Amino acid sequence: MVMFWVAILAISILLYVLLDGFDLGVGILFGLTHDQTRRHAMLSAVAPIWDGNETWLVVAGVILWGAFPVVYATLFSAFYLPLLLMLAGLILRGVAFEYRYKTERMRWIWDAGFAGGSLVAAFMQGLTVGALVEELPITNGQYTGGEFGWLSPFAVLCGIGLCLGYALLGACWLVKKCDGDVPEAAYRLIPYLSVGLLAFLVVVFAFALAENLRVVHRWLERPYLFVFPGIGVVAALVLAVSVRYRRDGPPFYMMALIFAAAFGTLAISFWPYMIPFSITIEEAAAPHSSLAFMFWGAGLFVFPLMLVYTAISYIVFRGKVRPTSGHY
Amino acid sequence: MDLTALLLSRLQFAFTVSFHIIFPSFTIGLAAWLTVLEALHLWTGRPAYRRVFEFWLKIFGVAFGLGVVSGIVMAFQFGTNWSELARMSGPIQGPLLSYETFTAFFLEASFFGILLFGRPRVPPWFYLFSTGMVALGTTLSAFWILANNSWMQVPVGYVMENGAFVPDDWSKILFSPVLWVRFPHMLLASYITGAFCVAATGAWYALRREFAAEARIMLRMGLYLAAVLLPVQLLFGHLNGEYIVHHQPSKMAAIEARWHDEKPASEVLLAWPDVENRRNLFAITLPPPFGSLIDSDSLTAGEVGLDSIPPENWPPVLIPFFSFRIMVGCWLVMLLVAWAGSYLIHKERIEQSRLLLWATFFSFPLPFIATLTGWFTAEVGRQPWVVYGVLRTADAMTPFLTARTAMISLIVYCVVYSFIFAFGTYYIYRLLRAGPAGRLALPPAAAIPNRPMSVVDEHRLSQADHHVPAGE
Repeated sequence: MVMFWVAILAISILLYVLLDGFDLGVGILFGLTHDQTRRHAMLSAVAPIWDGNETWLVVAGVILWGAFPVVYATLFSAFYLPLLLMLAGLILRGVAFEYRYKTERMRWIWDAGFAGGSLVAAFMQGLTVGALVEELPITNGQYTGGEFGWLSPFAVLCGIGLCLGYALLGACWLVKKCDGDVPEAAYRLIPYLSVGLLAFLVVVFAFALAENLRVVHRWLERPYLFVFPGIGVVAALVLAVSVRYRRDGPPFYMMALIFAAAFGTLAISFWPYMIPFSITIEEAAAPHSSLAFMFWGAGLFVFPLMLVYTAISYIVFRGKVRPTSGHY
Repeated sequence: MDLTALLLSRLQFAFTVSFHIIFPSFTIGLAAWLTVLEALHLWTGRPAYRRVFEFWLKIFGVAFGLGVVSGIVMAFQFGTNWSELARMSGPIQGPLLSYETFTAFFLEASFFGILLFGRPRVPPWFYLFSTGMVALGTTLSAFWILANNSWMQVPVGYVMENGAFVPDDWSKILFSPVLWVRFPHMLLASYITGAFCVAATGAWYALRREFAAEARIMLRMGLYLAAVLLPVQLLFGHLNGEYIVHHQPSKMAAIEARWHDEKPASEVLLAWPDVENRRNLFAITLPPPFGSLIDSDSLTAGEVGLDSIPPENWPPVLIPFFSFRIMVGCWLVMLLVAWAGSYLIHKERIEQSRLLLWATFFSFPLPFIATLTGWFTAEVGRQPWVVYGVLRTADAMTPFLTARTAMISLIVYCVVYSFIFAFGTYYIYRLLRAGPAGRLALPPAAAIPNRPMSVVDEHRLSQADHHVPAGE
């Protein structure tokens, strides 16, 4: 039962990262252009699905509370300010989506809210992951780091890294979904973003080695973990070739694969800890009566329906977005 | 008063949850009414029903969007500010909220997309079905939230293990009698809210002598429905009182400003409770046995006074006392308006009675005020407990939260919410002012579901179409 909910949680978080990742990325890239036609095309490429994407964040949140209440309580209270800023970013960005077309004069505010909100949300998510990798100060199951216990150069670095990663994922999505000059602009950006991301990875590794983080030891103990970076490297090569020959489809899937590989690496190097390296999955799990109650309804029947629904909305809105069509 | 982290966290929760409840209480009722309208349209084929439907769907979209956005915050706040509660009650509250997300959010999201943009793509019966599914989604969401809150009011079906609430009987939690009087109470409140907003809009158009056919439908359906539901609401309100008498004597004593045990009890109608000296100033009181009659359906029953409850277990008396009276006052005014209006409708005279039209128009805030004050009564009256009788609010807070951090988050939420609320209400006002357009705008081919608030654009576009030739 515990493993079932670990799996469901992992799927939900991965779906969130992949799905909201690309539309947050598009939001970040949105801030880089001032061309109204391009901005419009970029919005149209994520407009039909962003709301559903974000719902996976709520799904992950409530699974965490129901199935692993200790983790929910410990992490959410420890990351008080980062979560506050992330939520504020997500709200401003969500509303901006809708409000920017209501006004000409005030549009710059909503546009700034859209790009800024996406950037802040992405940064905060990266920062929290970084802080987790570096280990939060936790003694006897209680967070003891105070207001800024999560703040460190390493965490900030991870925040920047995730912004780059999401931006890259977003660029690949634009290549896949858009017509006109947006894909070309995205193609030109991809190499820069990739180099930036690569540089980030190198720095992170150097940092992890220098700081002698416990995650690094995990890698030496579990050499099979190198399968994931291996997958990442192959995906990166295919990505480079697709970009070189301007093949619109593959880059997004390759980038998604890279994200999945990174997610797998982290998940398995944390294992069996849920908050590394202080609270394990078994310690965090809710009592059997809670897990079973969730399993026999929500888990067994409703979760597959949610996946089907997500699949359907992507099938309905498959193909390129025409710049002339769309809602506005 | 010291601005402690505890007080600030409570203020923040009160602010964010009060802001949030405004939108669901409106959309739950509206979704049900949209289903009725669509069914009527299919049945009678009258185009006016369709126009009213399309019009309210746009308003539904904006309110729904604001409800979704402000709801996400709630899912996080239990963990950020109330980590002790989250840890202890997670095994019970977590699964309940998981069910809400799993069953309601995806139902709403998927069928709402069809509602907004699917009309040309699906057969009429399926469109009606989708409307019903959205209504079902909002209702399910309300059910799980009430299940969750009712458990905090009257915790059942659990044992304490390692300092956590471990569920040992889910049927007790899901079939708690408390839940099954509180859920209908909230559902009725939502329906009454929807009915009054619709009737008030109809009254507005009638006063402006516009959209006569639509105004007629809105006035009739709204006021008739309210006239029927308001007495039923009184019944459920009374049943709520019974669970409070049985399970939460301190809340009842505060609501009634009853300081001493009385048998049979008197009933304070209005007063200024003087907490310091444990007495009521300027009291207007009904003699015994009215208090026992109202609280316990009995001529002789004894009622508990605050005296027999240790002061450290008292809720703040003034808030439940006054918010309860405001709620009942709103109910009374709504009942008068709804009954007088229904009578005039029956006599076919409502369009001529400007007084009643104005009264209907100005009563649109009443159901919102009643819902909010009802929740204030329930939630403040539960204090100082967060899980009644078991866990104190003060012990539920994140232990290391500082006042400075809590202050920052409170300010951020206030600023962000005011900002989006101001624009949201402005757009709703603009939609209402424009009224139901005669033209049935079909959504564009590549339309976009899942974007509640973007329905407003359609209206914007149709206005633009209208203005451009005029400008030339």
